Amino acid sequence: MNTVASPVALARFQDAFSRALLAPDAAPDEAIAGLVVQPAFAVYRNTVMKGCIDALQANFPSVARLVGEEWFRAAASVHAATALPTEASLLRYGDTFPGFLAGFAPAAELPYLADVARLDRFWTEAHAAADEEVLDLAAIAAVGPDQLADATLHPHAAARWAWFADAPIYTIWRRNREQSDDASEFEWRGEGALLTRPGDAVRWTALSAAGCRFLDACAKGEPVATALDAALETDAGLNPLPLLSALLETGAFGRLTVPPHELPERISR
Amino acid sequence: MDLTAGLGLKPEHYEQAEACPAAGLWFEVHSENYLVDGGPRLRWLSAIRESHAISLHGVALSLAADAPPDAAHLRRLAALADRIEPALVSEHLAWSTWRGAYHPDLLPFPRTGEALARICSNISIAQDSLRRRIAIENPSHYLRIDTHEWGEIDFLAEIARRTGCGLLLDVNNVFVSAANLGFSAADYLDAFPGAPVLEIHLAGHSRDAALGERLLIDSHDAPVCAEVWALHERLVRRIGARPTLIERDDKLPAFETLLAERDRAHAVLAGSEAIAA
Repeated sequence: MNTVASPVALARFQDAFSRALLAPDAAPDEAIAGLVVQPAFAVYRNTVMKGCIDALQANFPSVARLVGEEWFRAAASVHAATALPTEASLLRYGDTFPGFLAGFAPAAELPYLADVARLDRFWTEAHAAADEEVLDLAAIAAVGPDQLADATLHPHAAARWAWFADAPIYTIWRRNREQSDDASEFEWRGEGALLTRPGDAVRWTALSAAGCRFLDACAKGEPVATALDAALETDAGLNPLPLLSALLETGAFGRLTVPPHELPERISR
Repeated sequence: MDLTAGLGLKPEHYEQAEACPAAGLWFEVHSENYLVDGGPRLRWLSAIRESHAISLHGVALSLAADAPPDAAHLRRLAALADRIEPALVSEHLAWSTWRGAYHPDLLPFPRTGEALARICSNISIAQDSLRRRIAIENPSHYLRIDTHEWGEIDFLAEIARRTGCGLLLDVNNVFVSAANLGFSAADYLDAFPGAPVLEIHLAGHSRDAALGERLLIDSHDAPVCAEVWALHERLVRRIGARPTLIERDDKLPAFETLLAERDRAHAVLAGSEAIAA
């Protein structure tokens, strides 16, 4: 092919092309004026937007089921136009989508939507998290009760949890994630959720406010005794043992560390 | 030749893929779908790798952007390559990430001397980081760009000469581009340098009715068409057998349907071997 026009610096071309993809109505830089007038420019516009919207729909299936495909894709296109993926793996696209939904005026009648999106996001994070063995009861049993109080339980790499004080987010999310036909009434109250990945599959379970508080403290590296104190502040009637065994059974923990000075003398020597 | 014709691997077909005993069969995945820290995806891929060769095909390294490839992306890709030990790592002559934003497409650019220098530098960075030779694929074209200083074949040949990289020749992309820009696909393939070609791609395309034109879209949502099969045979007759992939990303049919297409490509390659021998 022969040169029939003077070359444009690559960076300027890419600035102009990127802008023209996302803002079809703006006047294009003259560097690409001859391109945006070609009908074929729409192929790139469509592919970029479709790629973003498809990825958001795949990553937020519960939100999409709640609001319907048409509404979802319209909202996703608004989000994508101002927040393209920041990395090339679309698996993780959408980290700012829950926040976007929280401030999206057409979603004002669905104040729980952003938190449902947060749980979809948790699923993605749990699915792609690093592999780690799950801490089991035997590992706990190997540590004496006194040492356990000073030990730290480290949440598993795939564990994600949150307490939602204002709405039954877990129930709303779960019914949509599981594509359940269950239309029975449920109580409108705060709910928490815990997502784990003990094997290949992501699992989910309801979690109390005290349970969420306990895991928050564990994630900060607090010893078990301190974490339990925090949980008891949230719920004075909490029975720690059933909570701990339920968390272990779900695969919430990956490691347990005991402070060195608490090791039995014969080991530390 | 060990590897003959391969198939693009989709999660829906993991189990059949792993168990499939077809001679010379290999699988290709989009690297970006496996750039995760852990979890089932990597385990599935590693399991299939036990029985079949895998090629890692990237769509997002953005080698034609006027910036070095994203270091974090390259690190993740290198870790994946170390884990999977792929038969080949490939990428496109295109850009997608620009100033921190990923545009999920293979975007065009004017083939200038400036672009050539930048792309060669980026390919060298990628090859050094991955510690392996990569192959670069010719993209599909939709736009007429009148500021090219290089023809595509010369540009690709020069990239291969300067960086030592290989080339991935997508016959369907040539067919689509030829129809959209008005050149002869057969002439293009006849002029393409054979020695650096490490892999061939075959796929289906479609027409975009919404654009109200005779524009062909490289949609990977249909069987390979008769014209592309004929071009593949013509190419293989000239340059010899190369691992050939059937790509399918959308409107996914049954595994057996894809395998039948793959077997057809296998027969073309095996036939050329017989002729050569």
